[in-house]
Amino acid sequence: MAITLEHYLVVAALLLTIGLFGILLNRRNVIIILMSVELILLSVNVNLIAFSTELGDLTGQIFALLILTVAAAEAAIGLAILVVFFRNRGNIEIEDINSMKG
Amino acid sequence: MSAFSADLAVILPELVLAVMGMVLLLWGAFRGNRDFGVITVAAALLMFAAAALAIVAPTGNGFNSLFVNDAFARFSKVVIFAGSGVATLMALTFSADTFRRFEMPVLMVYAATGLSVMVSSQDLMTVYLGIELSSLSAYVLAALRRDNLRASEAGLKYFVLGALSSGILLYGMSLVYGYAGGTGFEAVAAGIAGEPSFGLIIGLVFLMAGLAFKISAAPFHMWTPDVYQGAPTPVTAFLATASKMGAFALVIRVMLEPFADIADSWRQIVILLAVVSMVWGSLAAIWQSNIKRLMAYSSIGHMGFALVGVAAGSEAGVAGCLVYLATYVIMNLGAFALILSMKRSGEPVEAISDLAGLSQERLPMALALLVIFFSMAGIPPLAGFFGKFLVFTAAVEAGFWWLAVIGLLTSVISAFYYIRIIKVSFFDDLPEEGTFDDAGFTLRAVYGLSALSVLLFIVVVSFVVGWANTAAGVFA
Repeated sequence: MAITLEHYLVVAALLLTIGLFGILLNRRNVIIILMSVELILLSVNVNLIAFSTELGDLTGQIFALLILTVAAAEAAIGLAILVVFFRNRGNIEIEDINSMKG
Repeated sequence: MSAFSADLAVILPELVLAVMGMVLLLWGAFRGNRDFGVITVAAALLMFAAAALAIVAPTGNGFNSLFVNDAFARFSKVVIFAGSGVATLMALTFSADTFRRFEMPVLMVYAATGLSVMVSSQDLMTVYLGIELSSLSAYVLAALRRDNLRASEAGLKYFVLGALSSGILLYGMSLVYGYAGGTGFEAVAAGIAGEPSFGLIIGLVFLMAGLAFKISAAPFHMWTPDVYQGAPTPVTAFLATASKMGAFALVIRVMLEPFADIADSWRQIVILLAVVSMVWGSLAAIWQSNIKRLMAYSSIGHMGFALVGVAAGSEAGVAGCLVYLATYVIMNLGAFALILSMKRSGEPVEAISDLAGLSQERLPMALALLVIFFSMAGIPPLAGFFGKFLVFTAAVEAGFWWLAVIGLLTSVISAFYYIRIIKVSFFDDLPEEGTFDDAGFTLRAVYGLSALSVLLFIVVVSFVVGWANTAAGVFA
């Protein structure tokens, strides 16, 4: 069976769904949220590269490289903020991120 | 002039900001936090200079149509840079040790650069780059007070939801790229000519959900109250003014440039966002006791009102939006200067009840508060009225009279909590601990000028509307 564009799109959609559920259903740890965000970005990259090959157009691959770069910066900043939060709070349980409500 | 220097001329304001931002960063790295005041003033002056440069920079496309400078970008950039400059100046009022960190003005410069890249984008990649430059700076700004639990919690929440929204936005972009056959706005517009494919509509929905996060339109507003409350007040002022202007201008550009031909597909979503934001923004604010949280819900409501203009989809609607956002930025800068002035013996206080009896001891501040909050409620002839009037008129002309009716009803509801603030500061008794500390020159100047421009907006309204019409003419 040949692997077509649809197969790639389904894989990407599954990755996106896993990532979204990882963020929405996860009640334990912020690190898991960071992993889920990376998963979403990777699903985007799968999409872009599959489309790029299908269309015979390089733009999608350049976009994917741009996303990889920015995602690295984003992860660095996210971990830095997480460390600052850990120093103030003492843990990174999601249920304890609740000093503001209303 | 060679093609490359023509490209550079188009991005002149961003170029100056990016290079001078690095100069300020080096300056801070060498001199440390003792030069905080000088660097802050330099950053603010730099942004005012960028506002002037945005007007003189030549119009046209640059970098193979990745970037454009047109009348719409000019209008938005002037508001963005002026708003960020004033928000940066407000940071001067922080007392020693607590928050005088030189990174803050530098990050403000970069966040403003990102916003201005967003409003000038002509390609989905430029959109993403601009959004990330401004968001990454904003995450750090929110969490900059490292020893404060609330600030770091605000930063963390902002980061997690911001990263999620970027992911959703990108997923939408990838589908749009695949089904339209390109990332440039022109290529997308050409790709969707005629009947849009199902995949493209899905991509558009994801794209709009991601953008709605950035303008904090309900139901994608969850981060707003917590971030507004936890972040240092000058940063909140930046997020509420310049950041909103940039994100909203991006929404207008994306909806009306590449997707103009399938307006009927995105209009329902915009209408839904507008109605939910207006209703939720006006209802949820009623129960707030913290004034920064109240401002968060107020901004959600204001975004809903402005979205009514986008839903109209006409030039008049866009012009109304721009006038609305410009007046919103002026009012909010004044409101946050007032909030920053709420200090007792050096400690900031944030409850609405702390404003009690303000008029008895600090009448000028109370009068500024009166003018600014009446304007937010949209009472004529103050500035806030004209934006609402133009937006609702455009909606009625486009046949959405019921949307204008919902807007009028919710703005009456929201008038309740604005007027409650005025009532507390004029008619409640002064508490025993007395009134606030002296606000200092900067804050008095900001809220004084804000109140004055709100009051006298009627004099310049025809000029501003004319300029907004020119800007909206880009989408004709």
